[in-house]
Amino acid sequence: MQLSPELMLLMTILVPALAVIGILATSHSPNLREGITLTASVILIYLVSSLYSIIKGGGTVILLSPDLFPGSALNFEIEPLGMIFSLVASYLWLVTTVYSIGYMRGHHEKNQTRFYACFAIAISSVMGIAYAGNLFTLFIFYEVLTLSTYPLVTHAGTEKAKHGGRVYLGILLTTSILFLLLAVIGTWYTAGTLDFKPGGVFDKSTSHVITGTLLVLFIFGIGKAAIMPFHRWLPAAMVAPTPVSALLHAVAVVKAGVFTVLKVCMYIFGLDLLKVLPTTDILLYLAAATVIIASLVAMRQDNLKARLAYSTISQLGYITIGALLATEAGILGGAMHIGMHAFGKITLFFCAGAIMVASHKTEISQMRGLGRQMPITMIAFFIGSLSIIGLPPAGGTWSKWYLIIGAVDSEKWLIMIVLMMSSLLNIAYLLPIPIRAFLVSDESEQKGEVTIKEAPVLSLLALSVTAFGCIVLFFYPQPLFELASAFLEAAGTHYGG
Amino acid sequence: MNIIGLYNYWIVVLLMMIGFYIVIAHENLIKKLVGLSIFQTSVFFFYISMGKISGATAPILDEKWQLYSNPLPHVLILTAIVVGIATTALGLSLVVRIQEAYGSIEESEIQVQDTHDELENHLEAYGPGPNFAILNQDLNK
Amino acid sequence: MIYHYPVLQVIIPLLGAPLCLFIRVPRLVGFFAVLVSSLSFLISCGLRQQVHLYGTIVYELGGWAAPWGIEYRIDQLNSYLLLLVSGISTIVLIAAQTSIKKELPENRHIFFYTSYLLCLTGLLGILATGDAFNVFVFLEISALSSYTMIALGTDRRALTASYQYLVMGTIGATFIIIGVGLMYMMTGTLNMYDLAQRLPEVYKSKTVLCAFGFFIVGVCLKLALFPLHLWLPNAYAFAPSIATAFLAATSTKVAVYLLIRYIFSVFGIDFVTTSLPLHDIFLVLGLIGIFATSISAIYQRNIKRIFAYSSVAQIGYMILGLAIGTELGLTATLLHLFNHALMKGTLFLAIGAVVYRIGSSQLNHFAGLGKKMPLTMAAIVAGGLSLIGVPLTVGFVSKWYLIVALLDKGWWPVAVLVLISSLLAVIYVWRVIEWIYFSQPRIILDDVREAPMSQLIPIWLLVLANLYFGVDTRLTVGVSKLAAQSLFGVTP
Repeated sequence: MQLSPELMLLMTILVPALAVIGILATSHSPNLREGITLTASVILIYLVSSLYSIIKGGGTVILLSPDLFPGSALNFEIEPLGMIFSLVASYLWLVTTVYSIGYMRGHHEKNQTRFYACFAIAISSVMGIAYAGNLFTLFIFYEVLTLSTYPLVTHAGTEKAKHGGRVYLGILLTTSILFLLLAVIGTWYTAGTLDFKPGGVFDKSTSHVITGTLLVLFIFGIGKAAIMPFHRWLPAAMVAPTPVSALLHAVAVVKAGVFTVLKVCMYIFGLDLLKVLPTTDILLYLAAATVIIASLVAMRQDNLKARLAYSTISQLGYITIGALLATEAGILGGAMHIGMHAFGKITLFFCAGAIMVASHKTEISQMRGLGRQMPITMIAFFIGSLSIIGLPPAGGTWSKWYLIIGAVDSEKWLIMIVLMMSSLLNIAYLLPIPIRAFLVSDESEQKGEVTIKEAPVLSLLALSVTAFGCIVLFFYPQPLFELASAFLEAAGTHYGG
Repeated sequence: MNIIGLYNYWIVVLLMMIGFYIVIAHENLIKKLVGLSIFQTSVFFFYISMGKISGATAPILDEKWQLYSNPLPHVLILTAIVVGIATTALGLSLVVRIQEAYGSIEESEIQVQDTHDELENHLEAYGPGPNFAILNQDLNK
Repeated sequence: MIYHYPVLQVIIPLLGAPLCLFIRVPRLVGFFAVLVSSLSFLISCGLRQQVHLYGTIVYELGGWAAPWGIEYRIDQLNSYLLLLVSGISTIVLIAAQTSIKKELPENRHIFFYTSYLLCLTGLLGILATGDAFNVFVFLEISALSSYTMIALGTDRRALTASYQYLVMGTIGATFIIIGVGLMYMMTGTLNMYDLAQRLPEVYKSKTVLCAFGFFIVGVCLKLALFPLHLWLPNAYAFAPSIATAFLAATSTKVAVYLLIRYIFSVFGIDFVTTSLPLHDIFLVLGLIGIFATSISAIYQRNIKRIFAYSSVAQIGYMILGLAIGTELGLTATLLHLFNHALMKGTLFLAIGAVVYRIGSSQLNHFAGLGKKMPLTMAAIVAGGLSLIGVPLTVGFVSKWYLIVALLDKGWWPVAVLVLISSLLAVIYVWRVIEWIYFSQPRIILDDVREAPMSQLIPIWLLVLANLYFGVDTRLTVGVSKLAAQSLFGVTP
């Protein structure tokens, strides 16, 4: 059966959405329900991969809806950056589903149907964000993503979860309603269009005061990119079950944020305009401050998930920096970091969840000597950490390399120093965990009686796959690199010129 | 045109203010309705006097008369009177029901009972919490 | 037959009301009311079609020519609203069949449907008529029947709420006739079209200004503009759920229509802007109203009151659109008029379904209903999201146009305030959602089931309308634009 590319595009959004119906209908039979989720994710991978081969061959896929909303319509168009995002999200959805079956059952969680259903809606909206053909469409799916992940954050239903949910929703909705919506409407009003255009939509004559203000509104409005001071939602979201933290709060939701930042910078403002705007620099240093401060805060967290959350905030800052440097290498690095960081961070979260299920430990100080109990998990954790830090042989090396080149290109030495310093801090807060797990033994446990007690097989499988992915991406980063450079070309510029 | 020549409007304004004052100031629900009626009546006067032309007669064609009053406002006000009666009747029947339900037609007494209802709802819902004392105080005033 | 549509629109429910008293069998009466209402809905569809094809329809009642006889005038604006009011009324009546049976004792069913149809008559009449005094008559028909409907509520506080509404409403209506009387004094006509022709000659007179003042205050009482809204929350909270759904979705909207009609078609926008600082007053009252009542909504413990206060806040948005004073602003107001009717219809019908099942609308009694009545609760969530203005719902469309209109006027601080105020909506809506889905039940819910089909279908019809018109805005925006253009005197 051969589907037309347009239909395939539509299906990528519809398949997870239709899966929701299936999941709700089969709520009484967990096996069938999870079977549906798995099937949907496999179909999604097939669809996204086929679309990838079309894009790789130089094709374009555009899907236009009638002009329902005056001035703007629900349009979809695949461009390389969206391709990166959708590839990462769809592959990791399958892995996460496998992982969460092990985790949710191992943890005896309640309301699992709601969990899987909301998860599928979230993925559907991620696809919508990835393939959005204009700012309007992107904004719509951005909001749907916020709302569909809220029930996942409050999943436990405890007071703490409710509080976390309030902070989560409060910050994300506040920023998006107050700043992003205003920025979108302002753009529409100023430029007369919301379409993504290579080189930006604004007229040359548009006052820099207006565009500069809009840029600020955009960067703050995209709360999912977690630029300080609007980062509190991410640690708050950590009350969610670990698979949610793993896929959504390390990959899908936060990447949706930085993805939007990159898209807006490239297709709404354009590099040329970004370079001359007075506010770009201010925001750039704010992002740099976010990177450093978040790393410092991460060092002080004893709760593993909280430490990872702050690490995510800091890494997101990298991508925002990449976008705001307004150099080709910076954009390239930022785009690649979306993929690289995704694999690294999801591995770390999977490990955190595995440790929680197998040994019920959540605090880092309790994890000494854990390496002997859970060797596979801890090795995976080590590889994931390398990728986040940017050390070979893990994928994160490449993206960080280009980001630093970007900083050098624009002669912003302070930014370069920040990037280097932050990598050092990454080492300081990530590597001690696996090292202590292997090298230091837990005094309280009796020697010689350590038995291997790993997490459920499915979870273990998932985290091994992603850790392996980190290494593969080091030796074989070409697809990601090609897509990232294609993104630059689509936006009317190129790297290395 | 002098001030005394416009005496009909003065009466209208006076009646209107009296009615309005009663509605606002009186606690007794029946008295409020009386005020409302006076308020409405002032408007009837206003319409009726508006159509009257001094020295003119009812608009019946007759050779003796040249000048006729405008009948339209009078006709209109017939409708308004009907509406006014309906309003008063409905208002009075509401007062009867209120008397049955609360045993009082004094606004302040009804308010106390309403607070009591609130309190009961609140108790049933949340149990005696910090607000309980405050509401209870209101009740005992 | 087609020729008589404008009057049939009003006459059919008017005749239907007394017929209810003759039918006597409660179950049949409900069915008959649906029939009457859907008939008038069909007629309004026909009228809309005619206006769309041939432009404004002028109908002379009893064949008397305009300044003497009463004239019905159906144009872009009111044909659109006739469609809305009769449509919502029909949907609400379908849900009424079961809801009323449970909420009211059997001997009162007939009275309820009678007053419901009378209220419908009044609202449709206000919309259709082109005669200033006729407006007053229909206004009182709808008001008196609303007082009755509210007083039918089972809680005894319904009686005091109704009484309060009666006093306030009568004062408002009296103000309106004073205004009409003064206008008649100056021009000698009651026909709106005629008034618009003759008023410019006497613009300078203080009497016209006075007429305008009385009229505006009267209408603002009726539409519950802050601070004249005090009658509304209790009236909505204690009325039978069906009455609340109907009144919240339509009655204040019709009052807003009246305001627009008089400002634009009778007095003329030039007079309004030069004689009084009306735009400033509306801007200030609209904004204060939005904030004050949204904040009040956050502190309510009864879910009906939460959304009643929210209604007042939403009226504030409509008034804000008027305050902008541009065509875009008016478009935003008209859009919100339509969209808000859909939202509040959904919400209050869904709440009605809960009252049907658990007999209470206390917020904490909603705890745990997310599992017991998933479809009804999903409807409340959808309506709530629409109130916030989340994309893909009608609320987003309204907000979008309001902000665009504000930016176009250069009032960006107001635009920011509007966005901040929608965060208040997030708070009160989310309080409800947290109770529904993430709290332990406070009352025994063992035998609580999903709402009956006869309520679910109307609720979900409205939910789907909420979503559909949130995506496909061609009809709503198109008509609002046309109406705004015609009111500003630009021929489309």
